[in-house]
Amino acid sequence: MSSVLSAFKPSALSAGGGSGHTSVNDLAIRVGTVNGSGSQSANLVLLRALKGMGIPCSGKNVFPSNIEGLPTWFHIRASERGYVGHRLDTPVLVCMNEPTAADDVRLLLPGSVCFYRSDFKEDLRHVRDDVTFFAVPFADLAEEAFPAVAGDKAYRDKLRKVVNMVYVGVVATACGIEMDEVREAIRREFPGRKAKAADINIRAAEAGAAWADVNIPANFPYRVARLDATREQILIEGNKAAALGVLFGGASVLTWYPITPSSSLAEYAETFLKEHRTRPDGKRTFSVIQAEDELAAVGMAVGAGWAGARAITATSGPGISLMTEFVGLAYFAEIPVTIVDVQRMGPSTGLPTRTNQGDIVKLHMLGHGDCRHIVLIPGSVAECFSFTAEALDLAAQFQTPVFVATDLDLGMNLWLSDPFAYPDKPLTHGKVLNADDLERLGQFERYRDVDGDGVCYRTLPGTEHPIAAYFTRGTGHNERSGYSERPEDWKRNLDRLARKLQTARTKLPAPVIELTSGAKVGLIAFGSSHPSIVEARDVLREQGVATGYCRIRALPAAAEVAEFVAEHERVYVVEQNRDGQVCSLLRSQLEGTLDDRLISVTHYNGTPISAENIVKPILDWEKNFSEHTTLTNGNGQPAETSKAGVSSE
Amino acid sequence: MSRDDTQVLVESPGSTTALPLLAFQGLQSTLCKGCGHNSITSALIDACKSVGLDPYYTIKMSGIGCSSKTPAYFLQYSHGFNTLHGRMPSVATGALVANQRLTCIGISGDGDTANIGMGQFKHACRRNVQVVYLIEDNGCYGLTKGQFSATADLHSHLRRETGEENTMPPFDLCLEAIAAGATYVARSFAGDRKQLLPLLKAALRHKGTAVLDIISPCVTFNDFASSTKSWEWAKNHEEPLQEIGFVRRLPEIEVEQQAGKTTRVQLHDGEWITLRALSHEEHDVTNKAGAMRFLVESQERGEFLTGLMYIDTKRPDFVDMQGMCETPLALLEESDLRPGPEVLQDIMAHV
Repeated sequence: MSSVLSAFKPSALSAGGGSGHTSVNDLAIRVGTVNGSGSQSANLVLLRALKGMGIPCSGKNVFPSNIEGLPTWFHIRASERGYVGHRLDTPVLVCMNEPTAADDVRLLLPGSVCFYRSDFKEDLRHVRDDVTFFAVPFADLAEEAFPAVAGDKAYRDKLRKVVNMVYVGVVATACGIEMDEVREAIRREFPGRKAKAADINIRAAEAGAAWADVNIPANFPYRVARLDATREQILIEGNKAAALGVLFGGASVLTWYPITPSSSLAEYAETFLKEHRTRPDGKRTFSVIQAEDELAAVGMAVGAGWAGARAITATSGPGISLMTEFVGLAYFAEIPVTIVDVQRMGPSTGLPTRTNQGDIVKLHMLGHGDCRHIVLIPGSVAECFSFTAEALDLAAQFQTPVFVATDLDLGMNLWLSDPFAYPDKPLTHGKVLNADDLERLGQFERYRDVDGDGVCYRTLPGTEHPIAAYFTRGTGHNERSGYSERPEDWKRNLDRLARKLQTARTKLPAPVIELTSGAKVGLIAFGSSHPSIVEARDVLREQGVATGYCRIRALPAAAEVAEFVAEHERVYVVEQNRDGQVCSLLRSQLEGTLDDRLISVTHYNGTPISAENIVKPILDWEKNFSEHTTLTNGNGQPAETSKAGVSSE
Repeated sequence: MSRDDTQVLVESPGSTTALPLLAFQGLQSTLCKGCGHNSITSALIDACKSVGLDPYYTIKMSGIGCSSKTPAYFLQYSHGFNTLHGRMPSVATGALVANQRLTCIGISGDGDTANIGMGQFKHACRRNVQVVYLIEDNGCYGLTKGQFSATADLHSHLRRETGEENTMPPFDLCLEAIAAGATYVARSFAGDRKQLLPLLKAALRHKGTAVLDIISPCVTFNDFASSTKSWEWAKNHEEPLQEIGFVRRLPEIEVEQQAGKTTRVQLHDGEWITLRALSHEEHDVTNKAGAMRFLVESQERGEFLTGLMYIDTKRPDFVDMQGMCETPLALLEESDLRPGPEVLQDIMAHV
């Protein structure tokens, strides 16, 4: 795998001092371990220590669908330039799991460094001669730091976990991560009653550090140094951020069914709600229901939304499939409900612990017949928070299902963020008439467009007025909600629903557009691709390709997106799915020949998208445009390349 | 419709209101003439009036099918929701959690409950969601022209005497309901208004899931002589278990007089169900294992027993178990729903 982007140049590490140059604050570490071995704590300690040193950083858990025993990897990145997207070319590898070690070593760029367990049966040094190896006696160091306690039957199991903290000490010392920050991060990882475990783990890390002091040359080429870029920042996963959105969005009913990667969202939300929405008398201002399946989860949310609660459910792709019929009903009967989809890799059970953006267009059109839905697409943890809260308002305001589309990368990995801002708008309950309103108006028709914006008035069960009640139905209905099969009633209703979506379109989070003067190339992306787009744009600029950038934050796409396309000769639509879903959607909506300007760039192997996944295909295309301009096919497309676009490997 | 100025006293949360009779009526039924469902609707309207049910605080929920159309035919002052096929229980659960002041009448059919909706039905029973769950049971799919449902009896015939034979045994929905945790389970017959009325009244006052499996003949597709879901067969074979009474307050003297003859069960708000055994005197409606055994044995004997099969007045209902504040969630204001900025600040300092 060749790199077109790395700011660092891999350099051979010589024990005797030597020639290689050292990269500072451009660090990427890949740790290969075994699921269930407690490595998550070790990795979080490294990440928190980097944050403590004020260096922009990110951590990604690339894990299997398994509780214990299968290989798992953790990627840690620290970047002075603030790049926190996934990075393919990690120059530092830690191998704790022998079955995957050799393959992991083969992926390294020349000049990389590999730490591995000295008790592996195979000596990894035979795999490559252009990588520097350190065989670390992890087991011995762990046992020294945490000697066997007589009678402790769980000792071997504990030791297996303590071993991981040894590599924290080794890597920290080699790379210049300050041990004081490591100690603080360990204390944070094992707080309160776990203080004893914290002591053991600190001793383990110190044992690793002491070994590294003696055995790692001082000219270790991949180092970090203290910065001041993260002082006020928080480290949080998107699911926890969205759970805070549930809390501060004023959700009152949360229904869910366990499914990776959305389960932790519901579980965090339940914890937050219990803590902050329980009154002194112990009574709750919310209800959380774990349903029997996603059908029931969304059914309960629809019922609650119909009766006036602020209802939300969270799921992933397969759950969305089960929710489809209810979403069609809620769209047509006009019932507020918020659905968070933490996308994972499909189809089918697919790769349940890997990330993807494959549900986007499905969410937008979910249902049977003519359905179109509002989809909010957070591109950061801060937006996971604010969009989830906002979705609850939009659902109430427009009496319709509203989706929040995040993904596993955003939802389950830790991201740095500025602290979240408190919502600046009061909660919206939408157009709800009470008994006094009805008395004053003298009439009520549930589906009459009184205000001309496509949004009608509704009443809630429990409204004490003879004209309050109406019959909610998924069948064809007239403005009074009476059953109707009349063609004009049906069409008028569907047209009004389209008008309602147009009203909503201007109230959704606007695209974030960054224009670059003179840039002929535009990039459109959304969601968790954002950090890698930021990095890719810098690399493209260094390679002579200036780009504008439009980050879509909601569907239906705002008018500004078409304007953005019009301002560029070529627009690459970058997304994490095979078929370029959003690219297709935009093509179908752009007027004139603007759709010819779109080129799809896709990434869909289950790993988070990296800058390299974006830069490489775009540079390949750009080569065509600069070298073979005479070969274009009249649509501005290179004749020898399919319009379907390109994907990264 | 003739105009009737009669007022019905209803008990709203916190007050008593007089409402006109028409509040309890609905649109003209569009079901077939003679459909058992219409008889049930009529009994249901009388039961609602009789117990003083407040239509403003009642919701009518249904799934899909002929049965599920009936919420349009009664309680026009009540909000109704014709949901999805087999999914009414989840919608009802959500609505009741949003507003626990509501009384929920759920209307379903045998296909809607025993086929597509068995999962949600049983989970609603398991949660003891406070729904009066009526199954208008005719053993077939009326709206799609007479296919078998999962309550069709073994060896029954499709649409006519000579129709295709059903080779699958039926679900006994009373048995399924009891097994799943429902706390009021009865079987009745659309043609037995005398029994249906007190069963409905008591169900409306019961706290928890009240399941009534009501045999309701489909006059178009399943009303031939040999059909066990036909008017004729049901009339000739129905064996009411008990003479059932529903009384608000039982005068003390009556208690003494009936002692020994009548079983009484007191409901949550103090009303009583009185049961005088007509047959199967040994049946104890409060014994879960006994009720299940009783149902299995009567099914084996091919009997059509109606009456109250099982009741448990102790088990808390689902909404009570949620520990919610008194104000319905649907009516909470921003101050209740959104913690202040200091809470967010504090969380931000500690994530």
